[in-house]
Amino acid sequence: MDASILLILAQDGIVNGAIYALLALSLVLVFAVTRVIYVAQGEFVAFGALTYAALTEGQTPGALWLLGGLGLAGLAAGLWQGRGDHTRASILRLLAETILLPAAIIAATLILAPLKPGLITAALLSLAIITPMSPLLYRIAFQPLADAPVLVLLITAVGLHLALTGLGLVFFGPEGYRAPPFSDAMITAGPLLLPGQAIWIIAIALALMLALYAFFEATLTGKALRATAVNRLGARLVGIPTEQAGLIAFALAGFIGALSGILIVPLTTLTYDSGFTIGLRGFTAAIIGGLGSYPGAVLAALLVGLTESFASFWASAFKEVIVFTAIIPVLLWRSLRHGPTEDDE
Amino acid sequence: MTILEVTNINVAYAGIPAITGVSLSVAEGEIVTVIGPNGAGKSTLLNAIMGILPATGHIAFLGTPQDGHAIATRVTAGMSLVPEKRELFATMTVEDNLRLGFYRHRAEGPRAMRDALDTIHTLFPRLAERRRQQAGTLSGGERQMLAMGRALMARPRLLMLDEPSLGLAPRIVRDIFHTITALRQTGVAILLIEQNARAALQIADRGLVMETGRITLEGTSTTLAADPRIVEMYLGQAPSAK
Repeated sequence: MDASILLILAQDGIVNGAIYALLALSLVLVFAVTRVIYVAQGEFVAFGALTYAALTEGQTPGALWLLGGLGLAGLAAGLWQGRGDHTRASILRLLAETILLPAAIIAATLILAPLKPGLITAALLSLAIITPMSPLLYRIAFQPLADAPVLVLLITAVGLHLALTGLGLVFFGPEGYRAPPFSDAMITAGPLLLPGQAIWIIAIALALMLALYAFFEATLTGKALRATAVNRLGARLVGIPTEQAGLIAFALAGFIGALSGILIVPLTTLTYDSGFTIGLRGFTAAIIGGLGSYPGAVLAALLVGLTESFASFWASAFKEVIVFTAIIPVLLWRSLRHGPTEDDE
Repeated sequence: MTILEVTNINVAYAGIPAITGVSLSVAEGEIVTVIGPNGAGKSTLLNAIMGILPATGHIAFLGTPQDGHAIATRVTAGMSLVPEKRELFATMTVEDNLRLGFYRHRAEGPRAMRDALDTIHTLFPRLAERRRQQAGTLSGGERQMLAMGRALMARPRLLMLDEPSLGLAPRIVRDIFHTITALRQTGVAILLIEQNARAALQIADRGLVMETGRITLEGTSTTLAADPRIVEMYLGQAPSAK
């Protein structure tokens, strides 16, 4: 192994690590705010990627109809859960969120998709289609269980993951897709050959992390989200609707998932079920980072990315095994250091 | 003007009644205290009024029924609770805790929030000194001040305090009760739950005695403080000491 291979592997690891970092961050966020281990986030990666691939080829993505269906179900769930508390304004808001917004996105897609939109339009449209599904799923599946133990929420999340994988097969078929990169540029820096897409990924990941940091540190909504994570009862007592906080956390997770998919599908072929293993790497990073620390999750994600890339060079058959096994010594170390903890709160 | 009107509410934990048929009312600018032994259901009563626990019966706030409303709706209507465990945002700064208390009024903009913060800092100068400190690092008295300050940031019409003296040194209890008396001048109605019956009856207008989930006695603070049963059970033998 010489220096140039080392550099290439490191570059690969960092690019993938950046994606895993985004996924890990959103997993930590969702867990902190809602106690849900969002297993289904990987499906958002696949859905985002395949929707984007379909749009760049001028096809109407099948996931579009899922958005409409989830909107209707979300309306029913919202009306039921808010009974007794509904005002005219809250019903209008619910209608806008569950009917108007999906309808507008569906209409826009039906008009734009046959025109074979440009890459940026296709990317934005894919984000618009996939992101709202996440808060809708929260409304339908998790909000009624807000007080359930973590294990029940985890089982629900696994069920959601299985259902979405199946739907993915219906919408996108079993073939793999690849989409054109945002930029074909190749930048040579010494022995290093940097594809434009890699630079896009790292730049967007960094920008998003900074934006998240600013959101949580400087805005009242961001602080309300943190407050909900720190002390749910305290948050409710100052009038923060904790369901709203859950919706925002899930929306962020859906957005980050879809965006990650769009960013990596030009680099690697994705199928309807490849979201899970990508999501699992984000999850591994989140766990190594302690499922509670944002910087910890980012560092761990880079570590996962680098481990993966070096493992694929030395022992490519065992790549996944090595990456996922890394979680065991970390868990062992954590449990030795902190002792057993209650699984519930 | 009646701020809070509670009529005949019941709460049960897994079928076992915790409070039965409790009614009470609090008028504007009034301090009403509920005293009673540990486990009498005093905290349960406050949690039911705030909507944390499901209850049967009627709760009207400013004349509007609140039955079935979410906590957030009740906060928006003007109710604030300082719970027994304070429920602060421990890993956030003192100032962020206070800012979040203003969540109900967030549409009024940063200037209004600044003013509200200044008011709280005048009331509790300690919170201004500690503004950059994490809430989890505060002393017991400071935590109580922060919990009250956070609740007051919402400018409530009714402030409910659950055992504000719990675990605090006597000197700090005196300060806290001083502040509660001062708050009355601002027109906020106060519903105070206390085990420290002596201190509570000193500042309250009216009092209710709660035992095993029921109201067993009620009257003005002076009558209660003179009632031989109360003196014996809650105030001890020498009410005039000190």
